Amino acid sequence: MSATTITITSGKGGVGKTTTTANLAVALALSGCKVVCIDGDIGLRNLDVVLGLENRIVYDLVDAVEGRCRLRQAMIRDKRVPELYLIPAAQTRDKSAVSPSDMVRLVDELREEVDYILIDSPAGIERGFRNAIAPADQVIVVTNPEVSAVRDADRIIGLVEAEEKGPARLIINRLNPSMIKRGDMLTSEDVLELLAVQLIGVVPEDEAVIISTNKGYPVALDGKSRAGQAFHRIAQRLRGKEVPMESFSEKEDFFSKISRIWRSGGE
Amino acid sequence: MAGWLERFSLSKPKSAEHAKERLRLVLIHDRTDLTPYELEALKNDLLEVICKYVEIDSKGAHISVAQDGREQRLVADIPIAKTRKRRSG
Repeated sequence: MSATTITITSGKGGVGKTTTTANLAVALALSGCKVVCIDGDIGLRNLDVVLGLENRIVYDLVDAVEGRCRLRQAMIRDKRVPELYLIPAAQTRDKSAVSPSDMVRLVDELREEVDYILIDSPAGIERGFRNAIAPADQVIVVTNPEVSAVRDADRIIGLVEAEEKGPARLIINRLNPSMIKRGDMLTSEDVLELLAVQLIGVVPEDEAVIISTNKGYPVALDGKSRAGQAFHRIAQRLRGKEVPMESFSEKEDFFSKISRIWRSGGE
Repeated sequence: MAGWLERFSLSKPKSAEHAKERLRLVLIHDRTDLTPYELEALKNDLLEVICKYVEIDSKGAHISVAQDGREQRLVADIPIAKTRKRRSG
């Protein structure tokens, strides 16, 4: 067994990196893979709460790097799925506690044990980002169909190429089909044309994500919601399966526009 | 009622089109590290140098940065002025 290491990054904060990491990890684990996810956001950890594992942390990434525990001891097992583990970030330490070479060493130690290692990168382009991409075999950039997120994604894609970790692949998260119909949101085709990268998935905006995060129960665990299903399809693509790309971007034709206006009572 | 009529008008540009156009320009400048001001200066310098060797129609000149996948290229389309000197001379 030699794991594939995938880093999930974005540049801009708040686009859904941690949600994406948690759900891809769950979806891969449910499909029978052995998965470890690592929270790379030292000082601002969140992957633990999104996964609902925050009460089980004893040791963290920095403890493992600095030798206060064995790597195994820092791996928290998620009991809801067969083989899913979390290595949480340290909450109290400063970011310089871990270096890119520490991350490479740690990931190399895990490679023979699992199928996938997912690393949740912090926002920004500093040390934490460099730590997160140092051990990566593949990089996924998460963006939203929105001006500032797309701009930052472009910058990150350039940096990933410069670090010879490219080509990065793109997830467009929080796409709102009804705003696209109205012409008030960039379509996935627009974003791809601007960024010129390969798309690996589109996740529609879905209230289920916030509800599930409230409970610490990732949407991919039951897979009924639209976002949960989208994450499962992305996980299949990561495993090399051919899954058709969903399209949420059909523009409204004249008759449906008339009927929508008619139905809304013309207010 | 005015809002109702507005929804029928096709001329109003949608906000997504604005976003795409603005991003297109911003990304060119981010990727090339060239401000619009610098691009304008580059254009003028370039035309000046070419003028030393050949007479050009600077009004018809187009110099811009074009996107080709994730690569940017500087595209110059500079019409050369018709030379009348030789005929008359």
